[in-house]
Amino acid sequence: MALLELQGVDTYYGRVQALHQISMTIDEGEIVTLIGSNGAGKTTTLRTISGLTHPAKGHVRLRGKEISGLPPDRIVTLGIDHAPEGRRIFHRMTVRDNLFLGAYSRNDGPAIRADQERVFQLFPRLRERRQQIGGTLSGGEQQMLAIGRAMMSRPKLLLLDEPSLGLAPILVDTIFQVIRDINKQGTTILLIEQNAAKALQVANRGYVLETGRVVKEGTAKALLESPDVQRAYLGI
Amino acid sequence: MSRPLPRNDRAMRWAMGTFKDRNRTIYTLLVIGVLLWPSIADVTTGGSGNHLVSTAADAGIYVLLAIGLNVVVGFAGLLDLGYAAFFAIGAYTYGLLASGQLSGSPLHHEFHLPFWVLILVAMFVAAAFGAILGAPTLRLRGDYLAIVTLGFGEIVPRVFRFLGAGSPIGNWTGGVNGISAIDSPHLPAFISGPWFGTSIQVVSPFDFSDSNWAPMDYYWLIILLVAICIVLVTNLYNSRLGRAWMAVREDEVAAAASGINTVAIKLLAFSIGASFAGFAGCYYGAKLSLVSSENFEFIVSVSILIMVVLGGMGNIPGVIVGALTIYIVQFFVLTNLPDYAVALSNLVGLGFLNQSSPGWVGLHDEVQRLNYIVFGLILVVVMLLRPQGLFPSRIREQELEKGTAEEAVFDVREATD
Amino acid sequence: MTEDGTTPATILDVDHVTKRFGGLTAIDDVSFSIRTGEIFALIGPNGAGKTTLFNTITGLYKPTAGMIRFRQRDITGLKPYKIADLGIARTFQQIRLFSYMSALDNVRIGEHPRMHAKLWDALFKTRYARREEARVTERANQLLDFVGIRPQAHNYARNLPYGSQRRLEIARALAGDPKLLLLDEPAAGANPQEKRELMELVERIRAQGITVLLIEHDMKVVMGISERIVVLDYGEKIAEGKPQEVRTDPRVIEAYLGKSA
Ligand SMILES: Nc1ncnc2c1ncn2[C@@H]1O[C@H](COP(=O)(O)OP(=O)(O)OP(=O)(O)O)[C@@H](O)[C@H]1O
Ligand SMILES: Nc1ncnc2c1ncn2[C@@H]1O[C@H](COP(=O)(O)OP(=O)(O)OP(=O)(O)O)[C@@H](O)[C@H]1O
Ligand SMILES: [Mg+2]
Ligand SMILES: [Mg+2]
Repeated sequence: MALLELQGVDTYYGRVQALHQISMTIDEGEIVTLIGSNGAGKTTTLRTISGLTHPAKGHVRLRGKEISGLPPDRIVTLGIDHAPEGRRIFHRMTVRDNLFLGAYSRNDGPAIRADQERVFQLFPRLRERRQQIGGTLSGGEQQMLAIGRAMMSRPKLLLLDEPSLGLAPILVDTIFQVIRDINKQGTTILLIEQNAAKALQVANRGYVLETGRVVKEGTAKALLESPDVQRAYLGI
Repeated sequence: MSRPLPRNDRAMRWAMGTFKDRNRTIYTLLVIGVLLWPSIADVTTGGSGNHLVSTAADAGIYVLLAIGLNVVVGFAGLLDLGYAAFFAIGAYTYGLLASGQLSGSPLHHEFHLPFWVLILVAMFVAAAFGAILGAPTLRLRGDYLAIVTLGFGEIVPRVFRFLGAGSPIGNWTGGVNGISAIDSPHLPAFISGPWFGTSIQVVSPFDFSDSNWAPMDYYWLIILLVAICIVLVTNLYNSRLGRAWMAVREDEVAAAASGINTVAIKLLAFSIGASFAGFAGCYYGAKLSLVSSENFEFIVSVSILIMVVLGGMGNIPGVIVGALTIYIVQFFVLTNLPDYAVALSNLVGLGFLNQSSPGWVGLHDEVQRLNYIVFGLILVVVMLLRPQGLFPSRIREQELEKGTAEEAVFDVREATD
Repeated sequence: MTEDGTTPATILDVDHVTKRFGGLTAIDDVSFSIRTGEIFALIGPNGAGKTTLFNTITGLYKPTAGMIRFRQRDITGLKPYKIADLGIARTFQQIRLFSYMSALDNVRIGEHPRMHAKLWDALFKTRYARREEARVTERANQLLDFVGIRPQAHNYARNLPYGSQRRLEIARALAGDPKLLLLDEPAAGANPQEKRELMELVERIRAQGITVLLIEHDMKVVMGISERIVVLDYGEKIAEGKPQEVRTDPRVIEAYLGKSA
């Protein structure tokens, strides 16, 4: 059974339909990526999964169990974690507290500390700034923190909206390494990334969205080789 | 979906629009209510509706105040907890300059300036105090303003009380007794000239001192003042200043980076708000013919704030409805609640509750004691049901309405669900 | 002053600027000059001090030491609205739009300092105010068109997709008729196609005679449009020069580009 399944999902903002009949499946252990241009509905898809917006029609199922219509906090406790675009961290809390809040619903103390250590290893800057208030971090530092927090929560399914946003080139490879690592530790990942080429290199499969519809799907390799995708999203 | 509509039938369109546009509906109902109220009052009381008309005029004062405070809180997002102080300043300005009060002061001279002049003076005096208070505090973070205005609201009535008989600088304000026998407004001579007298009776005499007609005159006067204020504030809201207030409220840093002098624009909102209170205070002094410091306590500031928040911050018709609602609740429902309770208990056969006994003051008094708890409960329930207020502002409604049907427009609720 | 010995008119001079937050030196004695009409890029690793420098130039922060001159005039320590009024506009890395205002209103806010309707005009909706409002609205619509989001003019800013929000910030900044435009990561979150459009947009802005100072992490964008680049690392300037020079500078590769770039 698929870990997550969307079937015929329509999502509206007011009277405007943002998603049309979206269907997709994500299997346990996969990395799946969503590709599409500005306003295609990628973020809306993630919001629909995590319960921030509710679909007007269709189903969202986690392991076969309907979750559409549940409030976001319930969905989090079911193991879906959403790292939204534009880095939402707690602006008035320290870096450390932000990280520990990521592990809020866990109670395996030593493992939490080990995870924190890993976050610090990957992003030494965060270790330097352990006591700094989140809101005063630079944009890229906040992005690191948001990802670090997602790593700390060890969800079943992680929804990542543009994790490489605002990161210096030297860190972009690190981020994709992190994504692979998180995945190896048993987290399934749904990834939105403007750097489609890089995303498709780490992903198993991908979906292409255009104006709220799935227009193409396939293995990452097939999409990488598709001339349409290359022209529109890979900048080739 | 679209009904056939005669192209040129403007009245029809307007009427249809009325039902689509919530604000317009509110205004239409208000106008109808205002026009009918004197007759309703007469009919329901069997010809002695003066009292009800006069009460409506009092409610109008709160409407004015709420509209003014809405500029500060709703438009500019500044929390003013001492708004009644400006109300007091307006009332005392009129009281001092239109009564015999100052003859007993060290000036030894009394002033009887006309209402129409003083209403402007009161506005400016209140606005000036607003500026004096706002200039140093508006630079600080929002919470400080709340505290400073709270303090100001406490100080002003005390100062007026203190400056009575026996104060070291003489009796200016009548102290605890306040100022009484304040002049009534007069219409300018060119309107109320000899042809206006009782002998001709083409038009009813419009004279605020004729006790028979006064309530009606005050009623129409406040309606006029409120109407003027609605127009002016609506204009402000739709102007570049209204836009700038909104921007400052949303993000001060971005507003400053866009070239808005945030301190100046906040100060402007604060003073304009104060000037409305001055305006209302002047009318209040004239109508009551008495000003006394105890009428401007903290509870007044809080009531006005509740009116604004409960009505729907930022939206003028909403705020008006809020003001009327709270006024009715406070001055009708709550004051009559004990009697209702007694009547109800008699009706359902629990009349014994009305007897007082040791440890029980009787239902009537008990309910009276609980008045404010009931008030609080009503507020809590309303805010739970309509957290944005009764009729919240759809920001820049008309602008957004122009968007084509495909474009997304919707209000705050969407964000949080 | 410059490598070929001439002294072309500079629009902005950053002169030995230092900014400290407590014990942390976010900008460390940085100097450079931007010439009128060029596209100038500021790059460096995360936390290098780029945004802090923007905040210092636009008056949100006062520099701990040093001086900033705009068109030869000392603007150090002026209030942000003053600096905006003098002709420096900016966008924000963490988008700061007025979320509950329409896109159109966001741009009209940008025009605020260029409007002259007084309280009186506003209260009585005078002819002057109405005309000015009409003119400003017209211009705002043109600007939305210019950045390519005119169809979304009547949506709340918060409801726009991320990419459109970035464009809206640019439109708002342009509304004040700036002479110098500071863009903080305008291409963040854009796909390759959108990045090309963005570069073209920046070129069009420059073609209108507006000097552009750009922070950007996407090297294709930076190398593609900027004439000169300054590189910051830990608050210090580690390199300055033309794109080709900077890109091959070993210190820049080590600190910022990494081997992949
Ligand atoms: N809160 C909202 N209210 C109204 N419309 C919205 C809202 N959020 C998004 N939309 C609209 O829904 C569509 C899809 O937006 P979405 O944010 O999902 O796009 P996206 O693919 O994530 O784009 P980007 O790459 O720019 O982040 C867009 O047309 C957008 O204007
Ligand atoms: N108010 C502040 N208090 C303390 N430290 C701060 C403050 N503002 C910024 N910093 C620190 O100063 C450094 C420079 O931050 P800045 O935002 O300028 O970086 P940046 O070069 O823009 O980085 P990025 O590319 O990630 O946006 C960062 O390490 C940041 O944590
Ligand atoms: Mg998105
Ligand atoms: Mg930055």
